Amino acid sequence: MSLVSIHQLHKHFGDNHVLKGIDLNVDEGQVIALIGRSGSGKSTLLRTINGLECIDAGEITVDGAKIQAGAKDMRPLRLKVGMVFQQFNLFPHLSVGENVMLAPKIVKKTDPAQAQELAEQMLAKVGLSEKFDAFPGELSGGQQQRVAIARALAMQPKVMLCDEITSALDPELVSEVLSVVKQLANEGMTLVMVTHEMRFAREVGDKLVFMHQGRVHEEGPPEALFNAPSTPELAAFIGAIDQA
Amino acid sequence: MAYEFEFAPVLEYTDLLLKGAFFTIALTAVGAVFGIGLGIIGAVCRAWRLQPFAALFAVYVELIRNTPFLVQLFFIFFGLPSLGIHIGEWEAAVLAMVINLGAYSTEIIRAGIASVPKGQLEAAASLAMNRYESFRYVVLRPALQTVWPALTSQVIIVMLGSAVCSQIATEELTFAANFIQSRNFRAFETYFITTAIYFAIAIMIRQLMLAIGKRYISGRLS
Amino acid sequence: MLTQFTTWDIVRNLLEGGKWTLLLSLLAFFLGGVTGLIIVLLRISPNRFLRVIAKVWIELFQGTPLLMQLFIVFFGLSLLGWDVSAWTAAAIGLTLFTSAYLAEIWRGCIEAIPSGQWEASASLAFSPLQQMRYVILPQALRIAIPPTVGFSVQVVKGTAVTSIIGFTELTKSGTMIANATFEPFMVFGLVATAYFCLCYPLSVYARHLERKYHVAC
Repeated sequence: MSLVSIHQLHKHFGDNHVLKGIDLNVDEGQVIALIGRSGSGKSTLLRTINGLECIDAGEITVDGAKIQAGAKDMRPLRLKVGMVFQQFNLFPHLSVGENVMLAPKIVKKTDPAQAQELAEQMLAKVGLSEKFDAFPGELSGGQQQRVAIARALAMQPKVMLCDEITSALDPELVSEVLSVVKQLANEGMTLVMVTHEMRFAREVGDKLVFMHQGRVHEEGPPEALFNAPSTPELAAFIGAIDQA
Repeated sequence: MAYEFEFAPVLEYTDLLLKGAFFTIALTAVGAVFGIGLGIIGAVCRAWRLQPFAALFAVYVELIRNTPFLVQLFFIFFGLPSLGIHIGEWEAAVLAMVINLGAYSTEIIRAGIASVPKGQLEAAASLAMNRYESFRYVVLRPALQTVWPALTSQVIIVMLGSAVCSQIATEELTFAANFIQSRNFRAFETYFITTAIYFAIAIMIRQLMLAIGKRYISGRLS
Repeated sequence: MLTQFTTWDIVRNLLEGGKWTLLLSLLAFFLGGVTGLIIVLLRISPNRFLRVIAKVWIELFQGTPLLMQLFIVFFGLSLLGWDVSAWTAAAIGLTLFTSAYLAEIWRGCIEAIPSGQWEASASLAFSPLQQMRYVILPQALRIAIPPTVGFSVQVVKGTAVTSIIGFTELTKSGTMIANATFEPFMVFGLVATAYFCLCYPLSVYARHLERKYHVAC
């Protein structure tokens, strides 16, 4: 059975029907790249998987934790799912180490010594061990995003969601973040990412999901989709990117 | 004949002035701690729309902010006893200051909570924190940090306002000044020096709040 | 002789006091506004000496109790040989108090105008006074209105303190009636209600203006 399974998911924002019956399965260790124009619903879909958006119909199951319409308690889902945001969203009043340790300590009640060790491990993984006592404001965007990845990893999630995590970065800082993501993928982490980095999606992704007008329009192995899009919408989308 | 200023008759009472200053500071300290505490509770109730508390706090804030402190003080000190609630002048002064500062801090801190970016709440939620955890660990400090200058000004305004507590015979700085000028008949000099002491206390509070903000709110030791 | 006060007697006496509260508020707000305008112009003037004077003015009045300011005006003017009434002392004291706060509010508004506006108008060869008159003030004025209206509430409330130097306005009337009727709960309740009726509309209007202009300074 898939690690993440989404079944007939619907979501409205007022009169705007943004997700129109999404079905999607993600296997353990798989790397999924969600692509599509802005407004296609890809970010909203990603956010529902972490309970940041409630759903109007359908269900989401992640490693046995299930969410349906009207669900109030998102905690079981969020304990399985980590998320990295476009704007990093580090906690500015806490040091880098405290950012990473906070949730393990207060949500999982990990004892402080263990949390410290965990944070050191995670920061080492993203190559920022020496920034343990720095504050977010003192770091570059790329470094902040790597801390955000370490913070999410410290909760030992089953799946990580990445919401356009390089879009807010200066061009020269993109690759340091992508190489951390690539390393995670190589270590077998299950990843679902919304991205505009097509080359990266092609290189690291196991499956490409093209969203269009609130539906999964086309999905499959990246090479196949890029080389031979079977719908005119995907062909147009790829064409627009190539020109850019 | 020109008036000759004489400050010596005031300085004879230095110990009384210092005692009065001490009580003004003590009143302000108690008022600030409980007033800001009340403000945090009120701000949370309003920000989270916890009914009926949100509505009660909204009414409370408007009532206090649109009536003079002196009238609030008189109402508490003279009015409440006719309801069978007897309180002394110190209790009345402290209560009035807490209630007054509580209303202003509710509004100030609410603005601080509203200024915390939505992404911070989302990040906290994505880490499986519940509403209380995310408020306690993610929202509160940045919110207080944002509005700390405004809270500082409000504490100073309340401290300066406490001068009218002398009217219910609370023995703070102005009460001491009134007493002294009734003895030495040097009203101008007495109030001049008293005013200078208030000014010094205001500067002291500003520095102290700045230090507290640096040390405990922004979390940086540098 | 102990007379029996009816509720109407109490209300009538309070309204008489309230009239003076209203008059004093209007006078202090108007005179304080004029003085405040002078102070704020000094505060942003190119002359360092004038700036310091304005800064000290603002800090002194914002850093000391209104009650002390009233005492000093009251006793200070009589030392100068002027026979000041409570009304005169109250009007002068509250005017000075108001001028300092308004000057500080307005300074914030003027400084909130982006420096690009100064640069753009300078590049068009405006003189500093012309920059102020045609570019900066019209914009600053717009954002200054909501907090200025908001501060008027503080002026009305500030008038209550003048009761302590013996000016018979609303609060003083309340104290006298409370002493005569032995009904402090009702009397101070009514006094508070009267202040609320004066202040609440101003607060609501200030909030409405703030939302309308979407800015606060």
